[in-house]
Amino acid sequence: MSGSNPTTIESPWARWTLIGVGFLFLALFLFLPLVMVFAGALAKGWQVFLDALVDPDALAAIRLTLLVAAISVPINAVFGVAASWAIAKFDFRGKSLLISLIDLPFSVSPVVSGLIFVLLFGAQGWLGPWLTEHGVRIIFAVPGIVLATVFVTFPFVARELIPLMAEQGRDDEEAARSLGASGWQTFWHVTLPNIRWGLLYGVLLCNARAMGEFGAVSVVSGHIRGLTNTMPLHVEILYNEYDFVGAFAVASLLASLALVTLGVKTVLEWRFGIHRAGAAH
Amino acid sequence: MMAALMIGTVGLSGCSGGGNGKGSVELLNVSYDPTRELYKDINAAFAKDYQARTGKTVSFRMSHGGSGKQSRSVIDGLSADVVTLALAYDIDAIAERAKLLPANWQSRLPDNSAPYTSTIVFLVRKGNPKGIRDWADLVKPGVQVITPSPKTSGGARWNFLAAWAYGKKAGGSDAAAQKYVADLYAHVPVLDSGARGATTTFVERGLGDVLIAWENEALLSEKELGAGKFDIVVPSISILAEPPVAVVDANAKAHGTEPVATEYLKFLYTPQGQEIAARNFYRPRDQAVLAKHAATFPKLDMVTIQDFGGWGAAQKRFFADGGVFDAIYGGQAKRR
Repeated sequence: MSGSNPTTIESPWARWTLIGVGFLFLALFLFLPLVMVFAGALAKGWQVFLDALVDPDALAAIRLTLLVAAISVPINAVFGVAASWAIAKFDFRGKSLLISLIDLPFSVSPVVSGLIFVLLFGAQGWLGPWLTEHGVRIIFAVPGIVLATVFVTFPFVARELIPLMAEQGRDDEEAARSLGASGWQTFWHVTLPNIRWGLLYGVLLCNARAMGEFGAVSVVSGHIRGLTNTMPLHVEILYNEYDFVGAFAVASLLASLALVTLGVKTVLEWRFGIHRAGAAH
Repeated sequence: MMAALMIGTVGLSGCSGGGNGKGSVELLNVSYDPTRELYKDINAAFAKDYQARTGKTVSFRMSHGGSGKQSRSVIDGLSADVVTLALAYDIDAIAERAKLLPANWQSRLPDNSAPYTSTIVFLVRKGNPKGIRDWADLVKPGVQVITPSPKTSGGARWNFLAAWAYGKKAGGSDAAAQKYVADLYAHVPVLDSGARGATTTFVERGLGDVLIAWENEALLSEKELGAGKFDIVVPSISILAEPPVAVVDANAKAHGTEPVATEYLKFLYTPQGQEIAARNFYRPRDQAVLAKHAATFPKLDMVTIQDFGGWGAAQKRFFADGGVFDAIYGGQAKRR
């Protein structure tokens, strides 16, 4: 676009300097650290790298991380669709309050989010005595980690969908209703196809954060090896044990998951872009 | 959705319960940072010993972190069968706030329930370029000292008290001790929250000229990372650090692990347990084992926590909010 119809009058020199600075910045602050993670992981060769990943504690951490993501991402996807549907398609009192509440986990430090759950479910917390009596363990066990992750990744799907659904308006739904479709039919055949790329994008972001969350999970985990350590926590433990290759090996696996997410996201964005452009015609 | 969440919660909590299967038990040992290597060895040795004697298998779960933070987690419900922390105060807190074990826990095992001890020494860079021999050298101009915050780190409280002991001996009064310690903390560029974090700062990030460290941490860093990169300097006076161990009665009873948990801690006092402690650079209580490792553990003048009136008094006077440390460090924050 810029080749055939330039929108700026800067000289090529200025343009190339700007592009160069941008690339240099990216290389220094994003690419170099990423390379260092993989270099650190492979510093002692493939065998040590693989050994670090098949260590029982590492495997347990990987399993737990995947389990937590598998529970928290669907919960937040359902919630995100429901909330943005309500916000974008209906008018009601307290709508802006709901929007602010959805943003709350973004503005609260993850450590505080973790402490909230300790105060609620900890042995000295509000619900602590009741939980102890009934033998239900939440804090320092998997449920606490899931709860903290759900809280922290709460806004991702909703934040992605609200602007999209607001932009699309209610015309399609109103047309469907006037032709006799039920609420569910409208949702499945009209709304969902309209938002599917945005939804996938939100789910991916949510997933990336769910697998990478450190602060909130650290507070509620109790750091029991092989039991309540997620991958990010396991990386810290290995690093503190002077096992730098192990730490970087698990970190590189986390980074790879992020890179896959990023790749899928780019593809989706491209499809999404086309879809949006198509919708505008 | 809330209902689905609750069901998921209850369902999942089932799989995190303590192992109660017949013939095999699982113990959760909640410990502090520098004991990772020690308990890896102790657990393996005890499991072998226990199986040989009883035919039952015992497995272990470990949780490591700053001593104060670990104590807090047990109070908040981390269901440890045994706690092996940096100082008695942190176990006192569990007894006092959560009532999970009796207040007299420390008298239940020999030697104040501390099967191994350590002391505070200096780790300096190879060749000791700043010429550090004793505490007085730490407050010379241009010397940077690395020590974690005594607010959050058990180890750092021992550091603080060792420094205080020197200040008092050198200056002859509490006022002189406070002045020395204030000078010392003015030479600290960054206060990490835990002992292992401070070690990493010094060793990995290369910050500072001296690390005030547990003797066991110093010896371990020398072995793990820097054979030939660091020297250990033993000061003229230090403090006898007694990291205590205890069965958390309420949790162990609930899990049915009380007898094996007690045996586990007693194992630490056996010659085999003492030998493992010594090989992991903790000073053994057993004189015969200590004599065998005399080259690793030089003799030095040591005060004990009793010289400060016990941990309750020391905590209140030095580290509680508004205590001596706040006065020193708060004053510095304002000066900066």
